[in-house]
Amino acid sequence: MSDFWSWFIIIIVVINLGGCAWLLWSNRKMSAEEAKKETTGHVFDGIEERNQPLPRWWLWLFWLTLAFTLIYLALYPGLGAYDGILGWSSEKQLEKRVEMMEKRAQPIFAEFAKEPVKELTQYPEAMEVGGRLFANNCATCHGSDGRGARGYPNLTDNAWLYGGSPQAIKTTLNNGRQGNMPAMGSALGGKEGVRDMAVYVQSLSNPQIAEDPAKAKAIERAKPKFATCAACHGQDGTGNQAMGAPDLTDDSWLYGSDLKTIQDTLMNGRSGKMPSFGNRLSEEQIHVLAAYVYNLSQSGN
Amino acid sequence: MQNPAASPPYNYRVVRQFTVMTVVWGIVGMLVGVLIAAQLAWPWFNFETPWLSFGRIRPLHTNAVIFAFGGSALIGTSYYVVQRTCQTTLAFPKLAGFTFWGWTAVIVAAAITLPLGYTSTHEYAELEWPIDILITVVWVAYAVVFFTTIARRKMEHIYVANWFYGSFIIAIALLHIFNNLSVPVSFMKSYPVFSGTIDAMVQWWYGHNAVGFFLTAGFLGMMYYYVPIQAERPIYSYRLSIVHFWALIAVYMWAGPHHLHYSALPDWAQSLGMVFSLVLLAPSWGGMINGIMTLSGAWYKLRTDPIIRFLIVALSFYGMSTFEGPMMSIKTVNALSHNTDWTIGHVHSGALGWVSMITMGSLYVLVPRLYNRQAMYSVGWINTHFWLATIGTVLYIASMWVSGVMQGLMWRAVNPDGTLTFSFIQEMEERFPYYVVRLLGGIIFFAGMLLMAWNVYKTIREEKNRDGESNLAEA
Repeated sequence: MSDFWSWFIIIIVVINLGGCAWLLWSNRKMSAEEAKKETTGHVFDGIEERNQPLPRWWLWLFWLTLAFTLIYLALYPGLGAYDGILGWSSEKQLEKRVEMMEKRAQPIFAEFAKEPVKELTQYPEAMEVGGRLFANNCATCHGSDGRGARGYPNLTDNAWLYGGSPQAIKTTLNNGRQGNMPAMGSALGGKEGVRDMAVYVQSLSNPQIAEDPAKAKAIERAKPKFATCAACHGQDGTGNQAMGAPDLTDDSWLYGSDLKTIQDTLMNGRSGKMPSFGNRLSEEQIHVLAAYVYNLSQSGN
Repeated sequence: MQNPAASPPYNYRVVRQFTVMTVVWGIVGMLVGVLIAAQLAWPWFNFETPWLSFGRIRPLHTNAVIFAFGGSALIGTSYYVVQRTCQTTLAFPKLAGFTFWGWTAVIVAAAITLPLGYTSTHEYAELEWPIDILITVVWVAYAVVFFTTIARRKMEHIYVANWFYGSFIIAIALLHIFNNLSVPVSFMKSYPVFSGTIDAMVQWWYGHNAVGFFLTAGFLGMMYYYVPIQAERPIYSYRLSIVHFWALIAVYMWAGPHHLHYSALPDWAQSLGMVFSLVLLAPSWGGMINGIMTLSGAWYKLRTDPIIRFLIVALSFYGMSTFEGPMMSIKTVNALSHNTDWTIGHVHSGALGWVSMITMGSLYVLVPRLYNRQAMYSVGWINTHFWLATIGTVLYIASMWVSGVMQGLMWRAVNPDGTLTFSFIQEMEERFPYYVVRLLGGIIFFAGMLLMAWNVYKTIREEKNRDGESNLAEA
């Protein structure tokens, strides 16, 4: 803050508080002459005004708040660039509290860090802590039960976009993921091509739809074009975890399995974002959280 | 009501218009309030309809009760009070008529655009730029009418009610213009000229002073006329009215930053917001003391006159809210209360307990005088309304206090491992019973408003009162 603004703030604060003090001081008593009169003598539409002095308790209440203000502004920041005697700032307060909490929690997490992820799932205490980390950080998108929502993966079904090994889960948590399905509308030959391909994609997880002759024809037409998709999803459609391309054969759907949704996916593409938690959570916390998520996928089977 | 022969012909037409619309907008605004309270308890009440969903009609509720109901009440009563206490007719009657139709147009525009999703996203200032310009024009016209009437007064002094109304008019003009400075990009879309923290600070400078000058100073103006008129007692202390007026309007301007505690706002601004909010306690209470003590020597009227009961209970809620507000502005208290239902409870103890009840009491005094009646059609109904309003308010604010403190405590509960004890959704589930009680309080309060509307209608339409006696005022 520049000197000018600092002094600007100080001066208007002092004028305002000083003005209040002057107002109180100059009105603290009434002259004997004035006190003799019952009313001020003004009459407005029949309303008169009595000549009562300021109530004492009210006057003292006002002085008290002014005194508090002076003390507070001496101790804490408020008067422009002046930091206050205590040197308090909200940032320092936050740092102190975070440090205190970390110190308190550190031994608990140190204990958990000794066990590998898979073994850690056997410790109910660790799973409780993991569950709370999950509720605080992950449940917003993945749901409090981990079953996900449209566009947010279900974590209980053991169908993984990027792999379900402890190490893969940790990588996902630490760095986040950016899923990207490109728009394939023109590559598939417009609306009709997209509709055919959507039926084909359905048939990968649900082969009996081919019993419908119309759908069988659509599948026939789409099949050669699947080569474009195979670059990411593989020739057999089982996906590629290295790049987060979903397995299309497992009947686990991120956006929905109905024809309309699949056509929308093909036509316009999709973009999925898992934020990174490496900066927000400690390594030990990620470790416990990974165990919790790993456990979710196992218990779901 | 003394010496009517000597008084100039007052302009009651525009006062009647605003008074009737106050009741109408009160019903609309409170009905929308009841609906959004139901939506919070049972989201089903959103009816899967965009223009009925909470996000769009919550601003409709706030705009309707503050600017339509409260605004019509303030403009209407100020036109009445300024004429009678200046002993002169309203200046520029055509311009005054324009303020009624202009203000009504603003409200109708709000009722259409907000459900359609047009919003500038500034709380209590959601209306888009074309409507903002109309508000500015109407407001300037209102100021011209009001201050010209004061300039033409028949006596030397200006009555204290007019100081409060006057400060309300000037401050709201200032606040409205600065907080709505924006660059239009299309007919119904604009972007504010301020951004980030500065935008937030301007918004809450506006937001808190909307409370300070619209919902406090304006209604204190109403109080300073209707309480002594109905009590038939002089104002308790002239000196107190001067001191608390100047202190109130000087200090209120600083209180906004307490809405932004522990935010990106610099610490010095937060501190000033907090200490000035505390200093505000005494100036606020000055109005309560002056109002309640005006009844000294006539306390028995609390038993016999339900209108006095409305006015005095309104002042009690005013005193309570203006004590609660400074307490909530203390940083350590705010750390618990911020973003919880406690804030909603605080707002409604002011909005239902103070603003609505002082308006209802004043209207019960005003309506018979405007329509040449001795009294309201049914005084018994006023009493019933009083109890509905009081019980509704208490249910509303008590449920929100409990819910708010519970929220604050659950959000900050921390396990030894450093994680939060409760997830947001766990806390949210606990709110349900309080939301049902809040809805019940709202319905009861709304029922009182309906009874008032019926009473007002019958008073205007019937020449006899409910007991079958003539209700015509002597000419």
